[in-house]
Amino acid sequence: MTIEERQREIISEFNMFTDWMEKYEYIIELGKELPLIDEMHKTDDNLIRGCQSRVWLHAELQDGKITFTADSDAIITKGLVALVIRALNNQTPHDIAEADLYFVKEIGLNEHLSPTRSNGLASMIKQMKMYAFAYANR
Amino acid sequence: MMIKETLDIERIRKEFPILHQQVNGKPLVYFDNAASSQKPYQVIDALSHYYNHYNANIHRGAHHLANIATEAFENTRTKVQTFINAKHRHEIIFTGGTTDAVNLVVQTWGRKNLGAGDEILLSMMEHHSNIVPWQLIAEEKGAIIKVLPITQAGEWDTSQIDSLLSERTKLVAVNHVSNSLGTINPIKMLIDKAHAIGSKVLIDGAQAVPHMQVDVQQLDCDFYCFSAHKMYGPTGTGILYGKEDILNEMPPWRGGGEMIKTVSFSKTTYNELPYKFEAGTPNIADVIAFGAAIDFMNELGWSTLHEQEMTLLKYATEQLQQLDNITIYGTAAQKTGVISFGIKNIHPYDLGTLLDKQGVAVRTGHHCTQPLWEFYEVVGSVRASFAVYNTTAEVDQFMAALRKSIELLG
Repeated sequence: MTIEERQREIISEFNMFTDWMEKYEYIIELGKELPLIDEMHKTDDNLIRGCQSRVWLHAELQDGKITFTADSDAIITKGLVALVIRALNNQTPHDIAEADLYFVKEIGLNEHLSPTRSNGLASMIKQMKMYAFAYANR
Repeated sequence: MMIKETLDIERIRKEFPILHQQVNGKPLVYFDNAASSQKPYQVIDALSHYYNHYNANIHRGAHHLANIATEAFENTRTKVQTFINAKHRHEIIFTGGTTDAVNLVVQTWGRKNLGAGDEILLSMMEHHSNIVPWQLIAEEKGAIIKVLPITQAGEWDTSQIDSLLSERTKLVAVNHVSNSLGTINPIKMLIDKAHAIGSKVLIDGAQAVPHMQVDVQQLDCDFYCFSAHKMYGPTGTGILYGKEDILNEMPPWRGGGEMIKTVSFSKTTYNELPYKFEAGTPNIADVIAFGAAIDFMNELGWSTLHEQEMTLLKYATEQLQQLDNITIYGTAAQKTGVISFGIKNIHPYDLGTLLDKQGVAVRTGHHCTQPLWEFYEVVGSVRASFAVYNTTAEVDQFMAALRKSIELLG
């Protein structure tokens, strides 16, 4: 699936929710269920400090595609991280670098991307793109 | 009691237009007052009245509008003087806020008086604004920062004070009330001890002045700093109080208009207090509206302000204590209307996010006091902080929202 197709899929899933509670229940579930990162990669080097919640991000290039793993100390942030990874994982550096993650706004979670939320999510996406640029220019 | 609260507080709430709105489909519950309080019509109207009727630069103009603006601006100085019982009105310096006031003292008094090996005593519960400016000057001058530890209850470990004060102590800089915990610190005792060994004392009063009567002469502190926006006033203005003789000996900090007497390329002479420290066009509109905020507080009176906050603190603390797995940080005997807490295995950010979805505004995180949370060994807390316009019914809405959030996250 392309990044575009994955974003469409996420949007249609979120369209089924009728209120904020269902939406957040789902995000919390995503946060709880996904074992996102190998403990050995949960290092200070991989830490993205938000003012409020912390995010760890690890990237690996395999067969021309990037695999991301990540974690956060806040469960909602972790759920949001899981969604972003779902959209971008196992894609080429070029596609990741070019991706416009419009799904976040479409599913009504844009507030979490605002730099003022300081949850580390916006910084994480920026970091993912930087990995993609770095791998693309290798 | 409840009837009285309903009548009085409903009348007070009518004065705050911002409170009457829905957030995410729920009535707004604003419990982030320690970060910034809301503003009554009196304050908002003073701002628009100034811009609509008498906006002009102050002190210099020889025209009608400039005269009215100058008088209104200087009136606030007198109101502040009375409000904190300063001896002289020229001991009241307008700054951009508490942070700006601390930095002014650091860059003038600190730069002049601190040297290698001199000691500055701070406490474990200081706001970053009362840590970092001192670190900057300490690093430059080779001065040493000492830290007064706290107890689990969130009070100073007063048994350590005597051993931390020494003949090298030049300054003690501590808050009157902790922004993260609400602890009211016994500053008078520390001021007296510091003075006995010849140290000066700066008090960060940002969290105290909105909640209790402060008398700088009775306290005998050398500096006292606070912000207007936490006491129903506008953002962008605050106060440095300093004792006259100390302020007079301090060199100016920012240069510019207003702070000079005469300027020539061979010799510039500086203006007198308070203008020596007020370079450039000041924040005229906000200072004038700050005066209206002081009027508002005076009209309400300390008994109303204090009683309502204590009612809310007591009620909310009792309600929160009924929750499983809760830790309340800061259980000092003397507190303002601030409750900091955490729920076991739940990140404060998650709670804050879900409370917001239910119309409740609280602060989550480290509240700019990272050393404090290191002491408690947690990343931070959820902080609910009250103002006079909050009600016990809002505490109920907050508690229902909190229970719902815990259920979702559990």
